Amino acid sequence: MYPRSFDYIAPASLEDAVRELGNAEFAKVMAGGMSLIPLMKLRLLSPDLVVDIGRIGGLGEIEDTGDHLSIGALVRHRDTASSDVVPTALRQAASWTGDVQVRNRGTTCGAVAHADVAADQPAAVLALGATMVARGPSGIREIPSDEFFVDALTSALAPDEILTEIRIPKRGGGSAYDKLGRRGGHTDYAVAGAAAWVTVSDGAVTDARVALTGVGTKPELARAAMEAIVGTDGSEGAVRAASERATEGITVIEDLYGSVEYKTHLAKVMVRRALTQALTEARS
Amino acid sequence: MSTTSVLGGVVRRKEDPALIRGTGLYTDDVKKAATVHVAFVRSPLAHARITRIDTEAARNAPGVLAVYTIDDVRHLGPLPAQVPVGKLRPLLADGVVNHVGEAVAMVVAETRAQAVDAADLVEVDYDPLPAVVDLKQAASDQIKVHEDLESNVILTWEAGPWGNEEGIAETKAKIAEAKGRGDTVTVSLEMRNQRLLPTAIEPRSVVAEWNPGYERFDVVSATQIPHALAGAIAKTFGLASNAVHVLAPEVGGGFGCKLNIYADEILVCFAARELGRPVKYTETRRESANNTIQGRGWIGTATLVGTQDGEILGYELEALCDMGAYSQNFTAAIPFLGVFVGSGQYRFPTYMKLDCVATHTQTTDAYRGAGRPEAIYYLERIIDAYARKIGKDPAEVRMKNFIPAEDFPGVVSPVGFAMDTGDYAKNLRALIESDAYRQLVAERDRLRSEGRLAGVGIATYVEVCGFGPSGLADLGFSWSAYGLPSSFNGSGLVRVNPDSSVTVIIGTGPSGQGHQTTWAQIVSDQLGIPIDRIRVIHGDTAESPMGIGTFGSRSAAVDGSATYLAAQKVRAKAARLAAHLLEAAEEDIEFGDGGAYVAGSPDKRVTWEEIATVAYQPHRLPEGVEGGLEAHAIFSPANATWPFGSHACLVEVDEETGDVRILRYLTVDDCGNVINPMIVAGQIHGGIAQGVGQAMFEEAVYDAEGNLLTPSLLDYILPTAVDLPSFELKRTVTPSDVNPLGVKGIGEAGTIGSAQTVVNAVVDALSPLGVEHVDMPLRPKRVWQAIQDAKGGN
Repeated sequence: MYPRSFDYIAPASLEDAVRELGNAEFAKVMAGGMSLIPLMKLRLLSPDLVVDIGRIGGLGEIEDTGDHLSIGALVRHRDTASSDVVPTALRQAASWTGDVQVRNRGTTCGAVAHADVAADQPAAVLALGATMVARGPSGIREIPSDEFFVDALTSALAPDEILTEIRIPKRGGGSAYDKLGRRGGHTDYAVAGAAAWVTVSDGAVTDARVALTGVGTKPELARAAMEAIVGTDGSEGAVRAASERATEGITVIEDLYGSVEYKTHLAKVMVRRALTQALTEARS
Repeated sequence: MSTTSVLGGVVRRKEDPALIRGTGLYTDDVKKAATVHVAFVRSPLAHARITRIDTEAARNAPGVLAVYTIDDVRHLGPLPAQVPVGKLRPLLADGVVNHVGEAVAMVVAETRAQAVDAADLVEVDYDPLPAVVDLKQAASDQIKVHEDLESNVILTWEAGPWGNEEGIAETKAKIAEAKGRGDTVTVSLEMRNQRLLPTAIEPRSVVAEWNPGYERFDVVSATQIPHALAGAIAKTFGLASNAVHVLAPEVGGGFGCKLNIYADEILVCFAARELGRPVKYTETRRESANNTIQGRGWIGTATLVGTQDGEILGYELEALCDMGAYSQNFTAAIPFLGVFVGSGQYRFPTYMKLDCVATHTQTTDAYRGAGRPEAIYYLERIIDAYARKIGKDPAEVRMKNFIPAEDFPGVVSPVGFAMDTGDYAKNLRALIESDAYRQLVAERDRLRSEGRLAGVGIATYVEVCGFGPSGLADLGFSWSAYGLPSSFNGSGLVRVNPDSSVTVIIGTGPSGQGHQTTWAQIVSDQLGIPIDRIRVIHGDTAESPMGIGTFGSRSAAVDGSATYLAAQKVRAKAARLAAHLLEAAEEDIEFGDGGAYVAGSPDKRVTWEEIATVAYQPHRLPEGVEGGLEAHAIFSPANATWPFGSHACLVEVDEETGDVRILRYLTVDDCGNVINPMIVAGQIHGGIAQGVGQAMFEEAVYDAEGNLLTPSLLDYILPTAVDLPSFELKRTVTPSDVNPLGVKGIGEAGTIGSAQTVVNAVVDALSPLGVEHVDMPLRPKRVWQAIQDAKGGN
């Protein structure tokens, strides 16, 4: 399929990019183009202007600032997956995103901004309590990940904002991501996936965040499971009890890959597996 | 014989460097000057009356040359079909649309983007009508697919044996008697063999040009049947077939979906003649899913009765087979191919009743295996269920019921078809007595002892392929519907050129099968001319004698044999010329080392260059010998061929998620003699991948309104190398006696043998829980549900 006719610009600076976004009737930001271009070719999305941020310098790095990690807008899935500083949950999620070609082109920030209901990395950034840094006409805005995912394919970004950076706080502990992919194993979009982050002190779970993907209308926190695991000893029984509450308060949606009953069950399995792995890492 | 025999040897594919480097020519690569482009307006509804089509805005859009509707092309008639039952497809929707995606109008514009944009501007008003998608509902005739058809059941194939009413009654009586006996076991399962999208990686593409001076169409199309397409175009436009030149260049996968004549192929010719411009249409992936033919789509009940110790007394299959809305090339004939192999390689009475049912969906037709994977699936699943029920080894039960090797030749199967050669027990023994199979079973038992769900599945198969024989024409199988009443013969022309290079022209062409290499091997073996001096021309109706096409695993058996015979004729003539040059007796001439020599005196020799030179300088020829050094042969086999084999695999199921992993996959196939083991292995690999694809991943899902919910590769999951284990292949060799090469055909065997092997393994894995069957595809959700249902039932 051919996209509808559109203008294309590749500005050299973020200032220019933001200005172009503001001037257009309907503009979209493109980094790797792995999600945007297919939607345009299917004419599900027909922007007047595509703003390619690929030529803007300084966005391709993963930086350790001491109190957080900064993942720039042009950091590819492959970079995230192969980093030795990115927490396990996000590394794992990036390594299971798309296929080799997609991982070489697509970006972590792009996957997060795209907010697909079954994508891997949104769940990981949510569990890691990341902060999204958006650049708009009036400057920089920090959006907590808890507020970032609004609905299917909808984030809190304004039309004239660019997600320039994801900041992951360095709070220690352990993290993990697990999923069942649509073609089984870890391959393809998640039928259900869960990311978990935990801290452990003196044998007790002191803090935890758990996020689901593929289950509801958006990547979201499994708050009941989070509350249930904190304060426990993180034993197998405690993990199991917490994971039983994986979808409490979440509307589970049926699709081609699973019924509500199946996805509810899978969410529990994935939360249990992710929590178990995160605890193992936290204790090591 | 020659001293450079290359038959049976691994020869690297001559065609691969071009294909791998992207320098092969595919249809969409053809750029004729001044080409204009097509986009179709397609129905969003499965069944509706068209009340208005307004094309004016589209006609006035930038770059648009024409917008056509049925009113412009009705006089060209519907698409022809080999089995003209049901409703034939009009070139564009005629008053009513009968499936989602049916073409309603055709826009032609200077650029493809302009055509697509203008198609959006065509306004069509629809008056929705009730649609029927579910097969059982369709078979009940509550909603008619077409008002003017008596029934949605457009044809019924009944066998036991086929075409013999007395025999059918006798078979039914035998089976009823066996069921009624107190000491027998009857097992019955209703199973789905789901609809699939063939999904060639190269979508279909066609470009047509009308030359008014020569009064000739020049057409390039991604087709498996160029001659049939030339015939169809000629017949449609009232031309002789030689006024249509069709070229099928490289074809990027066919699997049967390019074994058809499509309305777009006729329409681009129509537009090319109207507009005086070359016209091109290349389908999108979504159009490929919705508008290229689909495959399978059966729901059936298999019933088997046998004794407690494994002697099978009778088998019945009653199935509804989804035809879609319109009948195209083979549509209603596909289940008949299932009838051919309905009793497999077994000797028990078999009764089959296959209803061909129209629905408001895209047409079904040949997809790799075409009727045979469906039939073998039901048979091999129910035998497995029976073996499980009586507590016998599934291999042993099969062995006990095989047609014995000593019955060949002269075997007529219980469904009434003569089979060429077979040794089924030897083949299955080669599988189950192998170390690999023992390891499979041991590994399953080890995993089970750890509390894991592991299973081993085996399945055997026989297939029929290599069509001819010529007599099939009497059953309606020829290209008569396209004005070219040729049987499914093979055709081969071998020409030694004056420089002693060789041109081979054949009647079939590759869509991945490696014809360049295999045919070069056949000819090189006969002439002793090196493979790199041999070039194979295919898919060009201007160059090639009447050819039938590549499908039904027939190329090597039929066209390969024709080429072999042609090469023998050339060799005989070359021997005569060499004898003349060497002043020796013809019968003393042998070929080798780039020429011919006198037996026993290898230094008394002439080169191929010398022989060829003489052939093209007739004054130097012996008296009475014609010039030139070429021969053509038509070959019609005495019968189709019947390859067979045995597959096994080991799977593990994650009890918590229903996720299935195939850990090992073994086959022992028998396709008769092997020309190139590497190409044969490649065919088996691809075949297994597609069979495993059906077992595990693939399904064309329609909703109740007739919308295809899986029109992209995001939703229609194809198997990839990541999802598959390395295949461990072995073979037995039982040459065919119906062609001079002794080959059988291997293009579809992997697909026919594999789906039920995987399902049998998964059912074996789940058997401790009491699961008896899980329908394909074995998506985790379905396997998990089966586990829950079994646990709930306990």
